[in-house]
Amino acid sequence: MRRSRLLYVPFWLSYVFLYTPIVVLVAMSFNAGESPYVYEGFSLDWYGVLAQDERIREGLVNTLIVAAGSTALATVLGTLLAVGLARHTRSRTLDAFSVLPAVLPDLVLGIGLLVFYATIRSTLGLHSVLLAHTVFGMAFVTAVVRTRLTHADTSLEEASRDLGATPLTTFTRVTLPQLAPGILAGALLAFTLSIDEFVIAFFTAAPTTPTLPIVIYSMVRFGVTPEINALATLLLLVSFTVVIVAQRMTRLTESLS
Amino acid sequence: MTRSTVSGASVRSRARRSRALGRLVFLGPGLTYLIVLLLVPLALLITFTLFRRGRFGGIVYEVTGENFTRLVDPLYLEVLVGSLQLAGAATLITLLIGYPTAYLIARLPGRWKTIALVAIVLPFWTNFLIRIYAWIVLLSGPGLVNSALLDLGLIDRPLELLYNRGTIVAGLVYSYLPLMVLPLYAAIERLDPQLREASANLGASPARTFASVTLPLTLPGVFTGCLFVFVPSFGNFIIPELLGGGRSIMVGNLIRDQFLKARDWPFGSTLVLALLAVLVVLLLLQAWSARRA
Repeated sequence: MRRSRLLYVPFWLSYVFLYTPIVVLVAMSFNAGESPYVYEGFSLDWYGVLAQDERIREGLVNTLIVAAGSTALATVLGTLLAVGLARHTRSRTLDAFSVLPAVLPDLVLGIGLLVFYATIRSTLGLHSVLLAHTVFGMAFVTAVVRTRLTHADTSLEEASRDLGATPLTTFTRVTLPQLAPGILAGALLAFTLSIDEFVIAFFTAAPTTPTLPIVIYSMVRFGVTPEINALATLLLLVSFTVVIVAQRMTRLTESLS
Repeated sequence: MTRSTVSGASVRSRARRSRALGRLVFLGPGLTYLIVLLLVPLALLITFTLFRRGRFGGIVYEVTGENFTRLVDPLYLEVLVGSLQLAGAATLITLLIGYPTAYLIARLPGRWKTIALVAIVLPFWTNFLIRIYAWIVLLSGPGLVNSALLDLGLIDRPLELLYNRGTIVAGLVYSYLPLMVLPLYAAIERLDPQLREASANLGASPARTFASVTLPLTLPGVFTGCLFVFVPSFGNFIIPELLGGGRSIMVGNLIRDQFLKARDWPFGSTLVLALLAVLVVLLLLQAWSARRA
């Protein structure tokens, strides 16, 4: 019993450590004053400033374009690849290769792509970030769908084939519907990761097309204002909602199947 | 007889053709994408390590080993060793905080377990830069920690809490703690509680049970967690820049500067290769430890 109580020190320390900065950040976003350090009373002024900020709006639009495009591409490529890996080859090298972008440090992938785009003399812009984000998005979709496929029941696919369905029909009418929750989970993961991704975007975006994380980076580098706190609070709200909804959804699909 | 053999062969050849087609349709697009946008870029980086930087940026295609001799130049070696130390310290601290946390989460009753786990992961799903920014607000000269200490009369003037190596380690620990807790939790959760009971019944002290039963059996989780924390810490350039004061303190900053400021792509590529070499060694160690367990 005494040993357990001693263990609770690092346990609570973890949570205090993780949440103190977040709580302070949110509290200071409602600050009436100019400084993010000294609380001078409640106001929503900084949210107004934020709503007027052209850079932020532009960054947000860019981020959503990149995230939507790369998620769509990554979901199609990743699902096909996962089915291919599970049903059409036994190669473990290809399996490992398919998750490589997820384990490779983002710095290495970002710089590799920067060098690649420069070598083929491609212009930089939203398209270069979109294609770059697809690389790791696809790895996550593949991994999630692949796990689902290993647990999936293959007898349905066999039955479909035995009853004379073409491989295409079997895929669209039997495999895909079975995989739908996995594909959705993978797509959601790719989308959230793309929205938050900074390092790869930093190396592959043009200065004229910054994504939201790049805008945040330059704001943080050039000083602290409660406007960043307001932005942070809104982003926290969005990610917390997404995580909790995703959690509920997985539990729902689990209880359904 | 003959007819059936012929049709058998044609069925088999059609099956083979459909298998090849299946491979092409399912594996083709994804693998092509990965070859073009992952393998080719990596191959380019590896090739560049052999060449020399041109006078105005660019690359002179003359084979040279000078990039590798520059790696052991004390100036750069110091950065590499320093990054290993900072990432190593961050990994060790996350392990020391993360293990007891994961251990207690694994022993919580069902509902609380989920809540505790989600609460660990939640900050990880918030923007990385914003979490770092939160630390600047807390620790800077006029920041909250300093003003609290001043108000309490514990100090007379603000402490230099930002822009040193300790702040970098704290930032790394803060950012990657969830990546340590999750694999540890998975390893501890899998552990059969009867083993611990057996050890206790046979008279082992709690410390002894931990050292000879719990810890060895969760060692693969420990290695995985350490890897998950070490890898992003070692190549990080944002935390050292924003919390460490912007100098080239870690290898990530050095690499970024070689590509974006010094425009020395060959040497930058060599640094990337060195970083990858360290990570590959660690991955092999982890695979070895997992196989032994």
